[in-house]
Amino acid sequence: MNWDLIWSSFGPIITGAVTGTIPLTLASFAFGLVLALVVALLRLSPNWILSGLGRFYVSVIRGTPLLVQLFVIFFGLPSIGVRLDPWPSAIIAFSLNVGGYAAEIIRAAILSVPKGQWEAGHTIGMSRPQALVRIILPQAARVSVPPLSNTFISLVKDTSLASLILVTELFRNAQQIAAFSNEFLILYLQAALVYWVICLVLSTAQSAVEKRLDRYVAH
Amino acid sequence: MSPTNESIPEPRATSVLKARNLAKAFGSNVVLRDIDIDIRRGQVVALIGPSGSGKTTILRSLNGLEIPDGGTVTFGDSDASGGLAIDFDAKVGKKEIAALRDRSAMVFQHYNLFPHMTVLKNIIEGPVQVQKRPRAEAIAEAERLLERVGLADKRDAYPFELSGGQQQRVGIVRALALKPQLLLFDEPTSALDPELVGEVLGVIKELAEEGWTMVIVTHELAFAQHVADEVIFMDGGVVVERGPAAEVLRAPRQERTKLFVKRLQHDV
Repeated sequence: MNWDLIWSSFGPIITGAVTGTIPLTLASFAFGLVLALVVALLRLSPNWILSGLGRFYVSVIRGTPLLVQLFVIFFGLPSIGVRLDPWPSAIIAFSLNVGGYAAEIIRAAILSVPKGQWEAGHTIGMSRPQALVRIILPQAARVSVPPLSNTFISLVKDTSLASLILVTELFRNAQQIAAFSNEFLILYLQAALVYWVICLVLSTAQSAVEKRLDRYVAH
Repeated sequence: MSPTNESIPEPRATSVLKARNLAKAFGSNVVLRDIDIDIRRGQVVALIGPSGSGKTTILRSLNGLEIPDGGTVTFGDSDASGGLAIDFDAKVGKKEIAALRDRSAMVFQHYNLFPHMTVLKNIIEGPVQVQKRPRAEAIAEAERLLERVGLADKRDAYPFELSGGQQQRVGIVRALALKPQLLLFDEPTSALDPELVGEVLGVIKELAEEGWTMVIVTHELAFAQHVADEVIFMDGGVVVERGPAAEVLRAPRQERTKLFVKRLQHDV
């Protein structure tokens, strides 16, 4: 067993996680959630053009592979003169992807809040947007945390695809050391271990968030 | 003024609300037809009738939770400042609905408290967020109202920590805090365990004595007789009979009213 290699590889792999995987995940998830809220509201709109637009978006995102989306943006768009660097390409692709999946989660969560809550908001004088923000979304948040955590954890792992468009992140660093040292099994297991640890931390965070949001529910 | 109003002892002539020819259908199902209602300041009107008779739809229409297909609703003197006249035969905009909601507040059958807010926040949400009243003032008012309904110690509790009767009293306080011209109660005790009904009816009775103007949809006939100035009996989307509570409930003239009153009294 090449312990020296194992120890010395953790450095670049963890650096890749801290400077690549984690910021890529956070940025994509943040943009993705905003997009998802917009798409969810489009889908809930009584206007059939708007809801159709939302439905179309979700259908395209869920119906095509993430890797293909990534390649279209990074390798495809230059053909029409849109040349993006690896990082912006990756963030755009992942955000669009999260936007499609999380939109359905948020839409379902909004629909899960009883109609009486909208009405109670209206009777105290709130407009629809006001009731949405103050009354409905806080309750929808509670319902959507478990499925959104799923999306988030998937995203952490999906960012490894960014290595294919030359983003320096966890997996790309592992790949390079593996190619250089010929220790494929060890390096890829190391990469897997670091992903797993990140996801373990996230699962713990998810429990904490759920607990906090559950404080107003009977146990 | 309609003839049924003559039996009310003191002259309380100021009109709070006039509804004329309210009509509403859900598809081919007509739920309201030609509904006229007059409510004067300090008056308590009880809407009774079998389920599906349209009484809840009237209440919801007065709060803009349901938009009638036709008819008019006038609040106050429509010519004077602060008056409001809405013609549902014309297209009704968001502003008009907002103005309607400004003037009334609803107490729901299932309370509909905001589960993610404490009791206090439930109450000050409307005054602070919508009416833009100073927070400190809204809190002081909320505390005073909570004290009145015997829930001062529940200020920081979440709705799930309260009994149904307590939740409904908070629901009433939430409506009162908006200082509406008209309080609307939609079967306020129907979801309550029998032993909790009294505490809620007690609060409503006190409000009636204080002079609040109220419309109450209820199945509690004894209560209606006790607090209501006027009782309106509805069936099949129309007003079948209306008049002073004692007359309609004790000596109904219409067959349908007689049957309904008798059946409900047998249930008790």
